[in-house]
Amino acid sequence: MVQAPTATNEELQEIARSVRRNIVRMTHAAKSGHPGGSLSSVEILTALYFRIMRHDPKNPSWPDRDRFVLSKGHATPLMYSVLAEAGYIDPDDLLTFRQLGTKLQGHTIMGKPPGVEMSAGALGMGLSFSLGVALAGRLDGRDYHVFCLLSDGDSQEGQTWEAVMSAGHYKTANLTAIIDRNHIQNDGYSDYQRYDDDEAQSPDRPGGWVMEDNHTANIMNLEPFEDRWRAFGWDTKHIEGHDFDAITAALQNAREDGDQPTAIICETTKGKGVSFMENNPDFHGKAPSDEQLAQALQELGFKE
Amino acid sequence: MVQTAADKATREVLGPTLARLAREGLDIVCVDADLGYSTSAVKFGHEFPDRFFPVGVAEQNMIGVAAGLASCGKVAFCSSFAVFAPGHCFDQLRMAVAQPRTNVKLFASHAGVVTGEDGASAEALEDLTLMLSMPTFTVLFPADAVECEQMIEVAARTDGPFYIRSMRPKIPILFDDSYRFELGKWPLMRDGKDVTLIACGELVKAALDAAETLAGQGVDARVLNASSLRPFDLEALLAAARETGAIVTAEDHFIQGGLGGLVSQALAAEQPTPVEFVGMEGYGTSGTWKQLLQHFDLTPEAIARAAGNVISRKSR
Repeated sequence: MVQAPTATNEELQEIARSVRRNIVRMTHAAKSGHPGGSLSSVEILTALYFRIMRHDPKNPSWPDRDRFVLSKGHATPLMYSVLAEAGYIDPDDLLTFRQLGTKLQGHTIMGKPPGVEMSAGALGMGLSFSLGVALAGRLDGRDYHVFCLLSDGDSQEGQTWEAVMSAGHYKTANLTAIIDRNHIQNDGYSDYQRYDDDEAQSPDRPGGWVMEDNHTANIMNLEPFEDRWRAFGWDTKHIEGHDFDAITAALQNAREDGDQPTAIICETTKGKGVSFMENNPDFHGKAPSDEQLAQALQELGFKE
Repeated sequence: MVQTAADKATREVLGPTLARLAREGLDIVCVDADLGYSTSAVKFGHEFPDRFFPVGVAEQNMIGVAAGLASCGKVAFCSSFAVFAPGHCFDQLRMAVAQPRTNVKLFASHAGVVTGEDGASAEALEDLTLMLSMPTFTVLFPADAVECEQMIEVAARTDGPFYIRSMRPKIPILFDDSYRFELGKWPLMRDGKDVTLIACGELVKAALDAAETLAGQGVDARVLNASSLRPFDLEALLAAARETGAIVTAEDHFIQGGLGGLVSQALAAEQPTPVEFVGMEGYGTSGTWKQLLQHFDLTPEAIARAAGNVISRKSR
């Protein structure tokens, strides 16, 4: 597959449904892992691997391939599930995730399995690496594009902003940052959006605080997020991150237009597709129980 | 230590050597964090501007960008002061370089207390500990500019992560142009049978001076240049332990986690032998580099004294 097939939206939705199924099955089998932030990026990766990127599962080190760099390296259930759908991984290996002897470690390892571009797991490192790949492409006259997926937490690491500054400076138009903006991170809520709590929705209260439900509110405000990227010289798009048409348009535009790097801020729902995981910080890094797995699969339309 | 016109800082050879290797066809790039004049990296940048990437004062980003370039087949050098790299970017070195074994070469300058007037904050005494803690890094510390140039060439021509530790002051040249550095081989600088002085960096010259002093006292000292800290020359170390029965280590770095620690661990496992240590045990301060070597007892006299002490322990 040198050029990704132009799958229909219906086909993409079927792939996404299968990916979601594997995310919950993998984390359930491993009894650990990160389902929430995997489920929130499903449409983004599905569109990339089945509609946007030029890549070849039979030749993962093809020098002219488009690169996908996962900076939010905990989203391995998603990464491996998509690589399995695309033909890089034997689907039978997915349920070995996180277990001794597996090829599929808890956080990404470069080249293991082939198709994983970078080691990640400590946040903040993906965009610098992606910039290096983009600069190499420019130097070598190759026309590949580099797509880097970041999280809310990634956007709090200082290194990310070093890379944002550098990419704006070098005008790497062959680099696109995609931010899975689900507004939830390890301890709770990233900023003052998307709470059910009136007090927590107030931008007037400075700092963060621990709420009664044992989540932290307003861990670190990232707004005005789009303005921050623009200020460093990036083109920006702010889209609905579960809408294949919006994602496709933004990614194609980022690839084809402009002489600046592009940041696509995707408004997403953490845990998307599984009711009890949606917008629930508890499922950032927790596996579903047997009963929860059964419910999740039922909601996704699978018997097992 | 008498300074001569031929003295040269190890950091002076980075840029010219990279430019020569690039001219010879190596696919070298260099990422720089605003210290390119001090590390001499700009001399590569002048000649190969397309391959020189300043990223500003942003060492974490420097390592990540270098790893990305390396993943596309480049021989990716980066340089800064040792307090900033590895100091500011240990985790980036661990995850983007050491674990995936990307072809990144970190050249650090201004290591050690001899950085001088800038004081304790600028004097990296922990960098070898940090770099040796990552098992996939090759860790090198040249004794002079000739050896440093050789190391840069070996690093450029060998796939995988390298750390080369260089220094600010101009120091004597010990090797002639015929010298060829080999990974995992400690050059024998002087043979002897009573004690072995194992030194690295600018203290190799101090160890040679100490050996001269000891010779005047009837003590025949061997001197090894431990310029290849990983891979380590276990063969030379065990031969020294067996044949001389007493070891002194000397380094401009904290002893714990540095050469002293490495030598002790190897001897404890293979051949317990008395060892005395010359090196840093606390933070530095401001002063000229020569004053600081005196102040912190990193001198030929201190090495000779340690040799006397360790020889007296042989007979116990």
